[in-house]
Amino acid sequence: MNVSRTVKYEEELDADFANEIAAMPGGEKIWDCIQCGTCSAICPVSVYMDKTPRRIIGMIRAGFKDEVLSSVSPWICTSCYSCTVECPADIKITDIMYSIKRMAMEQKTYRRFVIPDIEDEFVKMVWKNGRLSEAKMGMKVARKSGLRNLISMVPLAWKLSRRNRLKLFHTERMANPEQLRIVLNAMQEHPPELHVKKPGVVPTHHHEAVTT
Amino acid sequence: MKSYLYYPGCSLKGMGGPYEQSLFSTFRKLDLKLTEIPDWNCCGATAYLSVNGNMAIALAARNLAIAEKDGGRDIVAPCSGCFLSLNKAKASLKEYPELRAKVVDALGRANLQYAGTSKVRHPLEVLMNDVGPEALKKLVTKPLKDLRVVPYYGCAILRPYEVLGDSHTPTVLEELIRITGATPVDYPYKGRCCGGMLTSGVQAVGLRLAEILLEAAKKTEADVIVTTCPLCHYNLECYQDHLRKSTGKDLDIPVMYFTQMLGLAMGLGEREVGVDRLLRRPMTVGVTA
Amino acid sequence: MSESEKPRIGVYVCDCGLNILGVVDVPAVIQYASTLDNVVVSREYKYMCSDPGQDIIKKDIKDLKLNRVIVASCTPSLHERTFRTTVSTAGLNQFLFHMVNIREAVSWVTTDKKKATEKAKTLIKAGVMRVTLQEALEPKTEPVIPEVLVIGGGIAGIHASLSVASAGAKLHLVEREPSIGGNMARFDKTFPTLDCASCILTPKMTTLRVHPNIKLYSYSEVVGVEGYVGNFEVTIEKKPRYVNEDLCIGCLKCVEACVYKDARFPNAFDLGLAKRKPIYIPFPQAVPMRVLIDPNDCLKIKLGKCKMTCVESCEKDAIDFDMKPERLTVKVGSIIVTTGFKPFDPRRKPQYGYGVYPNVYTALEAERLLSPTGPTEGTPLLQDGTMPKSVGIIHCIGSRDENTNVYCSKVCCMYSLKLAHLVKERTGAEVYNFYIDMRTAGKGYEEFYKKLLEEGVKFVRGRVAELTTAPLSNAERGKLILRVEDTLAGYVRRIPVDMVILSVGLEPQNDAQELRRMLNLSCGKDGFLIELHPKLAPVSTATDGIYIAGACQGPKDIPDTVAQAGAAAAEALALVHKGMVEIEPYAAVTNEDLCSGCQICVGLCPYYAIEYDAEKKVSRVKDVMCKGCGVCVAACPSGAMDQKHFRDAFVTAEVAGVI
Repeated sequence: MNVSRTVKYEEELDADFANEIAAMPGGEKIWDCIQCGTCSAICPVSVYMDKTPRRIIGMIRAGFKDEVLSSVSPWICTSCYSCTVECPADIKITDIMYSIKRMAMEQKTYRRFVIPDIEDEFVKMVWKNGRLSEAKMGMKVARKSGLRNLISMVPLAWKLSRRNRLKLFHTERMANPEQLRIVLNAMQEHPPELHVKKPGVVPTHHHEAVTT
Repeated sequence: MKSYLYYPGCSLKGMGGPYEQSLFSTFRKLDLKLTEIPDWNCCGATAYLSVNGNMAIALAARNLAIAEKDGGRDIVAPCSGCFLSLNKAKASLKEYPELRAKVVDALGRANLQYAGTSKVRHPLEVLMNDVGPEALKKLVTKPLKDLRVVPYYGCAILRPYEVLGDSHTPTVLEELIRITGATPVDYPYKGRCCGGMLTSGVQAVGLRLAEILLEAAKKTEADVIVTTCPLCHYNLECYQDHLRKSTGKDLDIPVMYFTQMLGLAMGLGEREVGVDRLLRRPMTVGVTA
Repeated sequence: MSESEKPRIGVYVCDCGLNILGVVDVPAVIQYASTLDNVVVSREYKYMCSDPGQDIIKKDIKDLKLNRVIVASCTPSLHERTFRTTVSTAGLNQFLFHMVNIREAVSWVTTDKKKATEKAKTLIKAGVMRVTLQEALEPKTEPVIPEVLVIGGGIAGIHASLSVASAGAKLHLVEREPSIGGNMARFDKTFPTLDCASCILTPKMTTLRVHPNIKLYSYSEVVGVEGYVGNFEVTIEKKPRYVNEDLCIGCLKCVEACVYKDARFPNAFDLGLAKRKPIYIPFPQAVPMRVLIDPNDCLKIKLGKCKMTCVESCEKDAIDFDMKPERLTVKVGSIIVTTGFKPFDPRRKPQYGYGVYPNVYTALEAERLLSPTGPTEGTPLLQDGTMPKSVGIIHCIGSRDENTNVYCSKVCCMYSLKLAHLVKERTGAEVYNFYIDMRTAGKGYEEFYKKLLEEGVKFVRGRVAELTTAPLSNAERGKLILRVEDTLAGYVRRIPVDMVILSVGLEPQNDAQELRRMLNLSCGKDGFLIELHPKLAPVSTATDGIYIAGACQGPKDIPDTVAQAGAAAAEALALVHKGMVEIEPYAAVTNEDLCSGCQICVGLCPYYAIEYDAEKKVSRVKDVMCKGCGVCVAACPSGAMDQKHFRDAFVTAEVAGVI
């Protein structure tokens, strides 16, 4: 029988990790978490995560950087914003999930699985054409998910293309993708992450309707 | 005649074709003009923000900047996901002046300016507020009597920008359904996430979410599910056969867009609103093509 | 100021240990002070407020014949009174004293010694120039009317009333419900002793009813308050019961005889869970035990047509359909506000299905279901009349939530434990308590929690996100399903129950804002009435003579409520005992030669203290009513209005000293 020891020493934790997340957009109120678990309870996919949203927040605050950045939880998040709406401490948990994803991508600490790769492809396609071609994207996804999966999608793809909803040989492209690249290039001159001044400085309530 | 800018997003011309089609035909009938934003780019959806935060905002903001150039018309973004991304970019630029400075600079290099004045709206909200229930009722010539409809909002149109009121108790879609003469059913999951990109990325999870939604829909004995977003539509519509094979449950139910439902009630033909392009034809009793 | 006397000023600078001396160069300051005009002596001392310190001042006043004193030390709100007393004990009028703040305003706000010393010098110069012009004034004394008004007849109001009355003072108790008792009368049992609430409350209620010093105005409201400490004039409106209180003996024959054979209308005491007839008493132990008629439900009053079997049955001829609301005024010296709380309305959190799904109750409704006088006679039944087999109690509804109320309502954890115990005892159901933290600070409270832990109640540490009736399995069919993360076990759980009790938080009453404006009281961000000092003056308010006690000041349990009520009673009794109140003579005063009779001041005065003399065509301040707010002084266009102890001349002198 294999037993392993899992005590965590202070030296192994990253004391700055929480501040890093708090300094990224949406992380400002992470210190207000009372660990009530409402986020995990309302999240439609928390039962599939290896660490529930509440636990992720707790681990961030304690400094468990490696564990959080290699967790699959943020990649399963669908950004439905239920947690953000329900959180009694007004923490923008969805935004924190995005921050974790970006950090994990940058530091390449995520485990090798499909979703980050798909998102990488997404970004590449947008760079090239300015827009997504659903069929092309679908094929990339299917290829990464395995041959069996690819084959099982064929009947569906056929039906959709017959109804002119899946344009198999068409590339959706801007007339002048170069125009977009000018903007994206300009942004690349800055570090990829925006660091907000200090935690707690920008507390806009998310319930503010933007359009009205 | 009210005039809007139109942001299709990457789905409306492909998978969401029926949505665009029915949007155009109903808006035409309502005397609302839609002008596509010239050379728009992808909004970034959820994917871009997971890779590079600043660029994701700039990406979406470019569309807002182009819209501003046009002169102040509201933008209609039919895909709930795009509606969310564009509004999120707008909110981020308002909240973080440092980011705004960088994005304004980047846009400036492409001769674009950003003042944060364009409004991004969803066609469901536009119909209920700009046209109004009374005006819509008057145009319903072929009420969808005896049709039982599941009002499925999905998450992006409800949260975090609560433009339809409290996200726990939205009622506009049910109102619209009643206006068309149909009956909205009591549906427990009207704001629950359909899984978004999960059916592509982590299929087991995505399918399970779709299964829960479909099973509850079947339980209500509704005739059709109505959605507000092409991704929700895809997740609910396209995996019913797959699910039947894997779970043995009968989850067959037509899924259509609210604009198609409205169009049919306003007397438009099935082809005009793209019903023929759905995988399952909703049996809208009493309506002919 | 008497012109014959030249000012002889003594300046005393306090070291305050190192608080001031550590930053300000006090020797240099007293040296500087001694060079100022009219300063006769300038001294330094370690602790000016101490007895030896005060003695120095007193000695100097005598020996050096000082007629003005300055103390430069801490903030006047701490020691102005101390030094005024010092000075007056030595025979000098207390208003010829001025205090300069060189601690909170100087040494505590900077570490720059040079700047601090300069500022201290400047402030003292300004103070000296001011005190030079100050005049001797006599504090006003007003007699205190030896009667007290208590607004609100819940446990706080009842206890305060009994305390005041037993000390021999007379008091008026106004209660807007037809009976006193408040929310406590609705409870079944109280934590942690599990005493029956009515059993411990009703004796106090009956004592009150017969107490010779207490006049109870039930079914009445305070509609107007005028005056000031010692002299309040309160207008009370008695709502019509349509039954003469003095004749009715509470035999209830009229209720029996009412044309409505069945009770049809929701009873407010039972929160709508039980029904009553148009003529009714709110609950069996009501005080006063007098019937009342609801004009919206009674056929005679609404439609004018009824057999009036109630009148027939009444032996005392007490029913009077022509009753009108009655207004009366009472004069009191002090007011105690004990208006209590209202429970959070869970409809503001639609996630919990209150009012949408059946068998979802608030904690207060659950109390009625558990009460032997309630609609189900003490067994909490489901709406179909059967016993629940599982009950979920959800803590923190509306509290600790940025979306509703940020504060913790303090009592809900304890009452949730109590409800868990009672529900389990009466129904044998599986009981779950869903909590975020277990807040059991109080005498016997942690022990109570321990007891509950051993009773088989299931505790789940997690905040329930939503209630749903959509089942995902057969066991969930027909139940209310709670989705929660069990944070201790580390799993998301779906728990189906038959009944849900929402532990709603406490909020201020609906009309708390209206009432407090009538009384000139402030409230905090959360809407609760605000005390003068959170630590040292929890029952006083910024308005002299008005005290607050109980849940109207903030969520609290019964022991704290009773303690506060006693404290407020003591404050009120102090006024009654002293018989008079000293009012600072900062009243405004009109220079009638300069007054143009424009009457701008009359309309502006928030205390209605200025009257216009139409004959002489001048506005005159009623010294007794003036609170010294200074609004008229600022507004007067001709400069005719001046304020005693804050004369324009004093203020300009002080400013000149600073510049």
